[in-house]
Amino acid sequence: MTVKHLQTPLSDEDVLGLKAGDSVLISGVIYTARDAAHKKLAELIERGEPLPIDLKGQVIYYVGPTPAKPGQVIGSAGPTTSGRMDKYTPLLLKEGMKACIGKGLRNAAVKEALKKYKGVYLAAVGGAGALLSKRIISSEVVAYPELGTEAIYRLEVKDFPATVINDAYGNDLYEEGIKAYAR
Amino acid sequence: MREIKASTITELVAEMCQEANLYLGEDVVDALKKALLEEESPAGKEVLKQILENVDIARSEQIPICQDTGFAVFFVEWGQEVHLTGGSLEEAINEGVRKGYREGYLRKSIVSDPLERINTGDNTPAVIHTILVPGDKVKITFAPKGGGSENMSAVKMLKPSDGVEGVVDFVVNHVRESGSNPCPPIVVGVGIGGTFEKVALLAKKALLRPLGQPHPKPFYANLEQRLLREINNLGIGPQGFGGRVTALAVHIETFPAHIASLPAAVNINCHVARHVERVI
Repeated sequence: MTVKHLQTPLSDEDVLGLKAGDSVLISGVIYTARDAAHKKLAELIERGEPLPIDLKGQVIYYVGPTPAKPGQVIGSAGPTTSGRMDKYTPLLLKEGMKACIGKGLRNAAVKEALKKYKGVYLAAVGGAGALLSKRIISSEVVAYPELGTEAIYRLEVKDFPATVINDAYGNDLYEEGIKAYAR
Repeated sequence: MREIKASTITELVAEMCQEANLYLGEDVVDALKKALLEEESPAGKEVLKQILENVDIARSEQIPICQDTGFAVFFVEWGQEVHLTGGSLEEAINEGVRKGYREGYLRKSIVSDPLERINTGDNTPAVIHTILVPGDKVKITFAPKGGGSENMSAVKMLKPSDGVEGVVDFVVNHVRESGSNPCPPIVVGVGIGGTFEKVALLAKKALLRPLGQPHPKPFYANLEQRLLREINNLGIGPQGFGGRVTALAVHIETFPAHIASLPAAVNINCHVARHVERVI
């Protein structure tokens, strides 16, 4: 299995070079957002107001970490279920987001938007929050601190492991995997 | 009459909250190692390796296994010869959750109102199921439950004529539809019988049984094996990347049913199947 290295922010070329099933290692800055932050971002976009982060070329990680202990960069930090963000994802892709990292199924509208706006959906291993936290080298809250674990964090990651689930060509690893192994 | 102080319960609960979120039970670790040997898909094997490495990192570096440290769910079997002093059981447990989640740097995942959605900031209230039992002992089981797998739960009021095939179809189709969402490989808790609320509790209780320990009745032990086989034939695999191991185990719990009813419930646990138990 070949592993592709990705440096953020991502370009259209980066995205178009990825195919469902690829393993990737991501380095650079990424931002966190889950349910509550998505709701706030979507409201700002719909009102035409500026966002607290520039989404162009960005990677959004669906995570709500455990609190960092003194001396730690971040606590346990694995992906949450992505389907809850489906309602907002096409809007964020339209604003320039290039990739999102989570786990679990996406709806048809998200898959269509990934094709239209040239984006990818990646999965990290759900329930591997301790391991994934070791690939995060810095962390700071940049918006909505009142949301606690649901705030938007700016994370610097080094070789953060993920797998391409939905690429910009309409392929879906979840469907391909089942086809290959169902009996 | 034997007396137990509320503060004793609080201290114990605080300890249990931290222990359950840092140390995965040996039964689950063994099942994951066995899964790694059985899995044929390269992507599935890679996932299982990461999951096992994660368990080691959590243990050695004291980082919670999963960032979703769960809704704090308790099962209490209270001996009726025991008198609780210095407070209520509910408050003693909630105070233990506050202390355990604060001191253990665990995530606070509870909102005070399901629609208003303001975080309570201390992971309370806990969900507490208490029954009175004979004797002078108290048994407390703590099973933190993540939202991702809990969301993949279902109850169906089947007809008695649907029979065993109806139950199998319901369970297998439900796991198929859940796909990668509940973080496979999963543990599938199945409740059969009772009433609407009873069957959901049976499915949850089924998740507390040590992995791989079959139902005591051969009929249900065989049904567990059949369901496990059919679920693993779905091909969902570890994290839904495709593979042979979708579930580590299927556990069934049953209760007598009304002449008109055949309730069935599925409660799914992710591979971080956490539960700890203490007897006072």
